[in-house]
Amino acid sequence: PGSILSYVLGLGWFLALAFPPLAPRTYMSENAMGSTMVEERFPLGQRALAFARQFAAHKKKAGAMPVAWLEQTLWSLGLEVHRQPFTRTLPFPDESRERYMVKGTNVYGILRAPRAASTEALVLSTPCSEGPHNDQAVGLALALASYFRGQIYWAKDIIFLVNEHDLLGMEAWLEAYHDVNLTGEPGGGTAGSWPVLAGLTRALPAEVSSSGTLGRAGAIQAAISLELSSDVVTSMDVAVEGLNGQLPNLDLLNLFHAFCQKNGLLCTIQGKLQRSDLDSLPAYAHSLQTLLLMVLAQASGRPRGDHGLFLRYRIEAITLRGINSFRQYKYDMTTVGRTLEGMFRKLNNLLERLHQSYFFYLLPSLSRFVSIGLYMPAFGFLLLVLILRISFLTLLHLHPLVPTTLWDPCDPPWYLQEPRPGLLVLVPPVLVCHGAGLALYLLPVRGQHMATQHFPVAEAEAVVLTLIAIYVAGMALPHSTHRVLGAAGSARGWMVLKLLALLELALLLSALALLNFSLGFVLALTMVPAAAAVQPHGPRVLLAVVLVLATPAVTLLLGIFLERELLETPAGPAEGWQLFLGALGQGLLQHHLYGAFLCPALALGAYPAWLLLWNVLFWQ
Amino acid sequence: VVEGLALLDLGVSPYSGAIFHETPLIIYLFHFLIEYAELVFMITDVLTAVALYLAIQDFNKVVFKKQKLLIELDKYAPDVAELIQTPMEMHYIPLKVALFYLLNPYSVMSCVAKSTCAINNTIIAFFILATIKGSAFLSAVFLALATYQSLYPLTLFAPALLYLLQRQFIPIKLKSKSFWLYTTQYAALYLCSLVVIICLSFFLLNSWDFIPSVYGFILSVPDLTPNIGLFWYFFAEMFEHFSLFFVCVFQINVFFYTIPLAIKLKEHPVFFMFVQLAIISIFKSYPTVGDIALYMAFLPVWSHLYRFLRNIFILSCVLIVCSVLFPVLWHLWIYAGSANSNFYYAITLTFNIGQILLVSDYFYAFLRREYYLTHGLHLTRQDGTEAMLVLK
Repeated sequence: PGSILSYVLGLGWFLALAFPPLAPRTYMSENAMGSTMVEERFPLGQRALAFARQFAAHKKKAGAMPVAWLEQTLWSLGLEVHRQPFTRTLPFPDESRERYMVKGTNVYGILRAPRAASTEALVLSTPCSEGPHNDQAVGLALALASYFRGQIYWAKDIIFLVNEHDLLGMEAWLEAYHDVNLTGEPGGGTAGSWPVLAGLTRALPAEVSSSGTLGRAGAIQAAISLELSSDVVTSMDVAVEGLNGQLPNLDLLNLFHAFCQKNGLLCTIQGKLQRSDLDSLPAYAHSLQTLLLMVLAQASGRPRGDHGLFLRYRIEAITLRGINSFRQYKYDMTTVGRTLEGMFRKLNNLLERLHQSYFFYLLPSLSRFVSIGLYMPAFGFLLLVLILRISFLTLLHLHPLVPTTLWDPCDPPWYLQEPRPGLLVLVPPVLVCHGAGLALYLLPVRGQHMATQHFPVAEAEAVVLTLIAIYVAGMALPHSTHRVLGAAGSARGWMVLKLLALLELALLLSALALLNFSLGFVLALTMVPAAAAVQPHGPRVLLAVVLVLATPAVTLLLGIFLERELLETPAGPAEGWQLFLGALGQGLLQHHLYGAFLCPALALGAYPAWLLLWNVLFWQ
Repeated sequence: VVEGLALLDLGVSPYSGAIFHETPLIIYLFHFLIEYAELVFMITDVLTAVALYLAIQDFNKVVFKKQKLLIELDKYAPDVAELIQTPMEMHYIPLKVALFYLLNPYSVMSCVAKSTCAINNTIIAFFILATIKGSAFLSAVFLALATYQSLYPLTLFAPALLYLLQRQFIPIKLKSKSFWLYTTQYAALYLCSLVVIICLSFFLLNSWDFIPSVYGFILSVPDLTPNIGLFWYFFAEMFEHFSLFFVCVFQINVFFYTIPLAIKLKEHPVFFMFVQLAIISIFKSYPTVGDIALYMAFLPVWSHLYRFLRNIFILSCVLIVCSVLFPVLWHLWIYAGSANSNFYYAITLTFNIGQILLVSDYFYAFLRREYYLTHGLHLTRQDGTEAMLVLK
């Protein structure tokens, strides 16, 4: 009963966070970025479009990124030009790239600040995608470069980066710029923030190599990634979620919002516009939708734009996308350019890295935020359910095993009671479950060659299907472990196993919640009720169904459906299933390429915990 | 260590840089062994485990003999049959001790990190083996080596002395001449070996600057890199002119518990040694998880106290949770930049509190068992009602 109350309280708290009057308004914390009192004078809107058309033509002619033309243009604008060729070996070819090795070139130009030592820098990056996308972004970047070149107030260098292959190119550039090797190259280099995982991925040939000494411009303070695909825009969308759910400082978002309002530009988040009426049910539903979209995006650990990879190096970054929808009023390039100019001028004023505002927050809308102090109690209540269960199990069911402070003469001598279900009995299930998790983590990518030899599928599908196969095979485990255990599993052994499973789950969820709150919360929401309720007695079929619904894979599936619903493009079952398979493949790929930890956290953490609970359910 | 070796090869004193704080003997040891570093650390861990195994085997025999003697002398109350240790239970304890040390995640971590703490552990393990076997000379030599490495094993002098006195059946009375004679013998052995080792280091490097570098470093705590101990945060926040006072207070805290514990536990010097080891590893100026692994290896020896331990489940949960949260909060602080040192220190504090509670729980359980052994399991007050034992 206490557990149910706690769970409902946690869920209710989370839902209440979206209620607009409850969430505080965003405000600018950093003093240096206080007022928006700059006068933007960017005039080169048409020139931006001309650049864009030239870029598109050259891109079509070259088939890939027109490196020579870009270099020449940047040079003629007066910037210091560098190019960085890179190659990347993928662990398995996914659908979009279809090959193991990806080659590309990043081109970037550095605008040196005229009267300052080059100790700090800002980055404006525009991805170069295939087809007619993002041409206008490159054009605008070039126009901005030519305008900025004529100004004398720059105190930091500005780097204009055009990266190929989206995130791959960005990762290659960042790694070369900071001279680190975060994503597992065998020969030396620092191991970065996840040395264990880097060690594990070292066995797989996922190398990134780039050549030459890079031209550098000092420590990067902030970065903005721009994506524009049309000549006029109706609104600017901002994306904040980065790799592993890391978020930039809230001040950067506030900056963007302030400048959009100053220039009259319409700005959206998660593609949704703000509603002006608060305190009403539709408004609440709207902000709840926005909040849920953000939670789902953050939980997936996927960077929402190219900016996501900057955050790992403590560089605040956001992605701005221009959206051209069916609205009446359209804004041209000049307005967008003015907004960007204003933002860059304000970032130029920064004296130190952005640290004043929040790093952990959720956004129900662009002008309201929920800070960590407000949303942690929701998670705390969910964890409380687990803790209540654990203490319940310890105190009541294991009472004879807890030493009493008062020696009760009525109890039989302790060595005559049922012997402590020696922890040795539990070792096989625990080992088997964790072994299954390890297999889930290691086998799909390593076994892909064997799989493609035996089955007529492409490598990407082979990997994903192996993943699903191992996952489902793990569910058949309780029968085999029981054969191993034989008669040693006593009637009360399941309680100790459940205790262990709950402890492991609680530990995993709290560690995850600290690192990536949304992931911890979503997993907790689904797994906690099933974990608390599971027991070998009682309605087995019902409990089995509940437990299957709670498994991480099904959570992922439901999450995908929910996201599509919220984006107002509901997906049918078949499409959903395809998306699900794609998400599995992407998750594995991102882990190997960028060090995202969703895949290991689920495979090595959540899955064994779930398997342990499944074992408890089927304890004979 | 690598830097020290590099400086040595260049002919400069290794202590002129600010990083190297190990003793000269260690430099020379690694001079020859640096290529096989991983193998060396694995071998030291295995040696420690073997030494602990042999030591506990001997200790069990001694305990059993003592128990039998006390039963024959009728010192135990009549109804304490459940509390007596039987040889059957004690048979597997040495193996469990060795396994506890080898399989402890903390010792695996310190072996992978190639921390010189493993060598400290080996020397202390050999010291314990020598003490339990009863050889005063060897135990003094190993204690001198251990003290030479890091200053704190000096406090292990008292339990070793008590054990050796017990073994020689010399009663511990302040007036007895044989007591003082033996004490001075042992102290002389210890001090002489210490002096020999220090002079040897002097001749190896032809200078005395290893003394401020090694011992001055341990005592005055100038380097405040965060670790799992309690010192760094305090001294990072403190004003300059108070730091000397607080350094003295913190250091006295480590040495201070020896005397009361010696008085209380003079009949049980090996338990005293365990508690002393735990106190050293909690309160020393630069603790590492290897120190924790060493004293945790002793826990199976007192597994018969299990029924008297009151909070063992919560404590083990606290320790495990803190160990898992250590790297998470370190990552958040240093790499993600979103937390700060307060978070990390909070976990450090919780971890150390957990350890302290663990040690005090075991202490309480031990004393309680002793009390029950001599006064019987069912305690009654004067008027015959049930009484409960409370630690004041």
